[in-house]
Amino acid sequence: MMQYSPALEQRFQKLVAQYPWKRSALIPLLLYAQDEVGHLSDEVISDIARRVELTELEVRNVISYYSLLRTKPAGKYVVQVCTNISCMLRGAEEVFAHCRQRLGVDHKEVTRNGNFSLEEVECIGACSWAPAVQVNYDFHLDVTPEKMDTILDTYEKQTQQ
Amino acid sequence: MKTIYTPTPLVTHADEVRIISKRFRQGAQDIDRYMELDGYKAARKALEMRPDDIINEVKASGLRGRGGAGFATGMKWSFIPKQSEAPKYILINGDESEPATCKDRLLVEYDPHSIIEGVVIAGLAVGAKLGFIYLRGEYRYLLEIMEKAVADAYAKGFLGKKIFGSQHEFNILTQTGAGAYEVGEESALMESLEGKRGLPRLKPPFPAIKGLYGGPTVINNVETIASVPPIILNGGKWYASFGPNDKNGGTRLTCLTGHFNKPGVYELPLGYPAKKMIYDVGGGIPNGRQLKALVPGGSSTFLLTQEEAESATMDYDWFAKRGEFLGSGGVVAIDDQTCMVKVALRIMRFYQHESCGWCIPCREGTDWLKKTLTRFHDGGGVSKDIDQMLYLANNMAGRTFCALGDAAAFPTISIVKKWRQEFENHLDGRPCPFEPASREMALA
Amino acid sequence: MADVTITVDGKKVTAPAGTLLIEACKSAGIEVPAFCYYPGLSVQGACRMCLVRIEKMPKLQTACTVPIAEGMVVTTDTPEVHQARKATVEILLGNHPLDCPVCDAGGECELQDMTFAYGAAESKYMEAKQHKEEQQWSPVVFFDRPRCILCYRCVRVCGEGMDVWALGVQNRGVTSLIAPNQQDHLECEECGMCIDICPVGALTSGAYRYKTRPWEMNHVGTICTHCGDGCKTTLGVRRSKGGMEIVRGDNRDKSGINGDFLCIKGRYAFDFANSDDRITQPLVRRDGKLTPVSWEQAIDHVANRFKQIRDSQGGAAIGVIGSNRTTNEENYLLQKFARSVLGTNNIDHHRTADYPAFAKAVAGKQNITATLRETMTAPAVLLIGSDPTEQHPLLAWNLRTNHRLHNGRIYIVNSGDIKLRRQARAYAQVPVDGGESLMVHYLAGDDSATSQLQSGSLSRDVLSDFRESVRGEKELIIIFGSEIRGDDILALVKWGSGQSAKFICLGDYSNSRGAADMGLYPDLLPGFTALSNHSAFAQEYGSSMPRQSGLGIEGMFGAAKSGKLGALYVVGANPVACYKIDPFALKNAFVVVQDMFMTETATTAEVVLPAANAYEKAGSYTNTFGDLQLLRKAGDLAGVRSDFELIVRIADRMGADVHKLVPFGKGLRADMGQSRGAQSGEADQHLVWLAARNLEPKLSPFDPEALLDEIQRLVPGYNFSRLNLFAGADVHTHAPEFSTILQPSSPESILPADDTLFTSGTLGRYSKTLNSIIENRRATPVEIEIPAD
Repeated sequence: MMQYSPALEQRFQKLVAQYPWKRSALIPLLLYAQDEVGHLSDEVISDIARRVELTELEVRNVISYYSLLRTKPAGKYVVQVCTNISCMLRGAEEVFAHCRQRLGVDHKEVTRNGNFSLEEVECIGACSWAPAVQVNYDFHLDVTPEKMDTILDTYEKQTQQ
Repeated sequence: MKTIYTPTPLVTHADEVRIISKRFRQGAQDIDRYMELDGYKAARKALEMRPDDIINEVKASGLRGRGGAGFATGMKWSFIPKQSEAPKYILINGDESEPATCKDRLLVEYDPHSIIEGVVIAGLAVGAKLGFIYLRGEYRYLLEIMEKAVADAYAKGFLGKKIFGSQHEFNILTQTGAGAYEVGEESALMESLEGKRGLPRLKPPFPAIKGLYGGPTVINNVETIASVPPIILNGGKWYASFGPNDKNGGTRLTCLTGHFNKPGVYELPLGYPAKKMIYDVGGGIPNGRQLKALVPGGSSTFLLTQEEAESATMDYDWFAKRGEFLGSGGVVAIDDQTCMVKVALRIMRFYQHESCGWCIPCREGTDWLKKTLTRFHDGGGVSKDIDQMLYLANNMAGRTFCALGDAAAFPTISIVKKWRQEFENHLDGRPCPFEPASREMALA
Repeated sequence: MADVTITVDGKKVTAPAGTLLIEACKSAGIEVPAFCYYPGLSVQGACRMCLVRIEKMPKLQTACTVPIAEGMVVTTDTPEVHQARKATVEILLGNHPLDCPVCDAGGECELQDMTFAYGAAESKYMEAKQHKEEQQWSPVVFFDRPRCILCYRCVRVCGEGMDVWALGVQNRGVTSLIAPNQQDHLECEECGMCIDICPVGALTSGAYRYKTRPWEMNHVGTICTHCGDGCKTTLGVRRSKGGMEIVRGDNRDKSGINGDFLCIKGRYAFDFANSDDRITQPLVRRDGKLTPVSWEQAIDHVANRFKQIRDSQGGAAIGVIGSNRTTNEENYLLQKFARSVLGTNNIDHHRTADYPAFAKAVAGKQNITATLRETMTAPAVLLIGSDPTEQHPLLAWNLRTNHRLHNGRIYIVNSGDIKLRRQARAYAQVPVDGGESLMVHYLAGDDSATSQLQSGSLSRDVLSDFRESVRGEKELIIIFGSEIRGDDILALVKWGSGQSAKFICLGDYSNSRGAADMGLYPDLLPGFTALSNHSAFAQEYGSSMPRQSGLGIEGMFGAAKSGKLGALYVVGANPVACYKIDPFALKNAFVVVQDMFMTETATTAEVVLPAANAYEKAGSYTNTFGDLQLLRKAGDLAGVRSDFELIVRIADRMGADVHKLVPFGKGLRADMGQSRGAQSGEADQHLVWLAARNLEPKLSPFDPEALLDEIQRLVPGYNFSRLNLFAGADVHTHAPEFSTILQPSSPESILPADDTLFTSGTLGRYSKTLNSIIENRRATPVEIEIPAD
């Protein structure tokens, strides 16, 4: 049986009851479960399918459509560098190249210690403050390769705590 | 995991007309502060108005959908049938994924209550009792801000069973997305909210007749709905007066991005001259370069040359006359040292990645175009590729199940046509004149 | 609903309001191409092939999503529309793999057809094609992912049509793909509808993979030989060493009563016909061992012994057991042979339903039996017992489709929890072992059964609501399974006919109704005619026809055991296994078995004659609903003979007048295609036989059609329209309604087959495909690695 933290379990109970159609809870359930567990394992999928009364196939159909949902583990910190047009014009490619170099991984790969994974992503809605990078849900604006180092240092420190 | 939050930086310019960004630096996330700043007055006023009068006020304002489609908001509200067996809903589109667009986030971050207030007024206008505020999955910190604002509104009795002490009931639920551009399309948004893959729906039936959970639904962009309280408070005509005419009324949050000296989000009136916007508000092009191309409103629009950009006014009419689109408010300046082939490629990569996959022309067409543009930019292009790209884009436009096919085709057609010479210069294995060592950009 | 008139390509077209434009065009003979649109399934608008120009609408519109409106002006045949279609095909062919040389769909591929039609012949694509891994989802379903054009027909037919929902769409954009419910394989009913409906070669049959090309086969539409529904299956046949081999079965010819539908058995389970275990030589027991002999020797032996036993011990010492899979003509011939030549009424067959009781109940009433087709459109259906999903898949399909498309109201009474529950308006789950019977009496008004019927899920209120609702249905079809027998059937019909309901009696096997209708009973003549009412038959069969009731199967074996049965003639049946009879009971009887395989009964025989199966002969079948259809000969195996021919030969050798037995030579068209004729190219054994006797094909004594004449003339209820039958349609027969039955046989001798989707009695045992599917389902699942995102 899939066990979540009490706070998350409580949140789940609230979610499945609050919509006109129960199925509306599916995407929030998946995202919040993933936030806690790290990825959508078979166990989690089975559990959530039960909660919203859907087949596992149907849940997988939905998961596979959305970019933020993953069925394989990622790093503890997912570094998402936007390279869409506004960010590209202001040096996002250099930022991404720098991340690749510093972390030693490429797009959608995880560092060996599991601390970081890197992704090149589409527009994250911070275009006037480009280049923009998101680490998990934290936004980092006006990023340069140098600033990127400082940002990664901060997260690096967090992993040691 | 500790989250890191820094407030999003704000800018100013003298030409701004601050209607919806008025409260931005004033702590309006706090509900008491919001009320001090005239917050929730419009909702109270709307409670005393007849629903048709609310709608008429919005019609008179000339307010049009600020997500990019530009459909007249008042007219959209008037499509909701008076009687309905199925419950009616208000759905706020906070999916903001159009490249270059970053304005809705500011409204949620700095004036969340204005959105709540707008939703309540919409509900009163059409007879809905439940509103949804859907924010894209990446906007997690904004969702938390919005959730708190909603909770505070409930605590004050502004939401729930008897709102503001009236006989009306209104509830709001917030919902997170999970990463998909297509979900910004109104029918795909409903699909996502119902817990399914974000695929667009067949229209007709239109959402106003059969939308969420089968009931009549109003779908409005965040900025659109945030514009409603000032309209109700000050009158539709007042709002319209800021623009050149009553079909192009009010103000828009304009996102200056790309090669500007002063990028940022500015609230400019409809009809503002583009030349001023570029060189005055935006501070012109950095590094002493010239403007080569302008994206007027999100990457789904036709790009403008320097001359076209400098002669444009930022209103719906100027673009409509040319068969083009004002768009989402996301403006991108591109300088003369940027390769337009690369721009076309990066834009197409976006659509290829975000295509929902439902229909053949978009699913296969965006992939084909992305591959051709990649090969082309890397120096592997042949002469017939140029017309072939136009052929593909022209055969995608108008043929697809939803507007994403058009959104991918329009920028491509405009870039290939207007900067054809740059494409010619990439032929015969010649290196890109702007980036001799062009690297391969491949998204998974 | 009012009609609407529109203009298409200058032609005026009128159709009911609400008709989709694509259908309105079709009705006017204007074809609008489409991949994703499929009649009966939900509308998609995804492929964009059906784009047409509608005046006053700014963009081209998909004809499959637009309902016609009065005054609409449409053009479908302009350069603009052609360009749109051509571009769609060109764009699709971008990533589509150039697999035609190795793809099973080659030659019958809708994408190939479209490419030819719209001139997208020159490949403009210079990029690397998007590759996806091929998968095998089950022993019979292969998914060549790169070929999939994402038309979503398979997803819809599996979900909406079959209500199985084993397929889904995953990923996004150009990486989109169809995914099975177990990530890399399917857990489903293996009906193969997905394969049939796939317009390209993405979903193909594992049983057919790489075997041949469509143009190398002849396609023969005949009736499936498995369950009692009578679906038309299209068999692809190809010349082989032994004759004509059946290489595949599918539903290309959608003109049968099954329309679009075909189940796993009709589709894949033809391969018993190709089994190496087929007996292909006559066998006679010598020194305790069954040894191959010549046909002459075998027939002689049988005929002589039959004659001898008949003459010395009397006809009553001979027993005849018929089949549930032989044709009507063969069944009729068998009982005629038994009664007029062998002089016995000891005739029976493996009974799976109480047709005689049904006949007694409906006798003399008009319009009281329903056809299978009617179940698709009837406003209300009451189903008592049976599990159509397993045993009558076409009926299940019809009920589901009725519910989905016509809002049919389905009421179900069952002691189990059957899948059709999902379509039921009301479901009464009654106690096992007799619950259905109690329910019949309750519905008829007997409240004394109420307390026995009540249980956890079935409260008094639910029960009474059920009865009230059913009683309120003015156009009801009542379908009952073999749980309802004897007097229960009479009670059911008595009640139901009071509200003008129509009835369907469900039995197993492909021609058990035909066996019943043709009188394979010890106490009934064809058409459920009482023995005492034999005059019409006696005229034809001769005055020596026995008048006393004979023995049923159990009686025959009892007689054999006590040494009173001299001979037993078993045609296409396996009573030793079915009735679990001690084979030693037969040691003193002369047993002749006509069959395909060495069954348990065949191993006790003194003579085994190799028989053809239903796919290797012509004739007619009557499904359990009473719908009569023609079989067409598809396969051909050297060394086997049709049961019809074997009976005639034995009769002939016994000295009987074959011309009286089979009044041949009267029909214009002899042998109904019994011989392969010029088509086959190789020597047909039957033609050789005829030639040797200086007989032309139309003078063949093995002519089932000649017997069909007699059946039509003599068997009550079989006075059908020959025109319709020979045009390929199904015609409804009314034998039970015309019966003169006085007292039906004992219901205890009824043994339902209890087959599932994956079993089919003897045929199923010898079908490699069915067995491989069963094995695959039973196998312990292997630890599956989560596939890469």
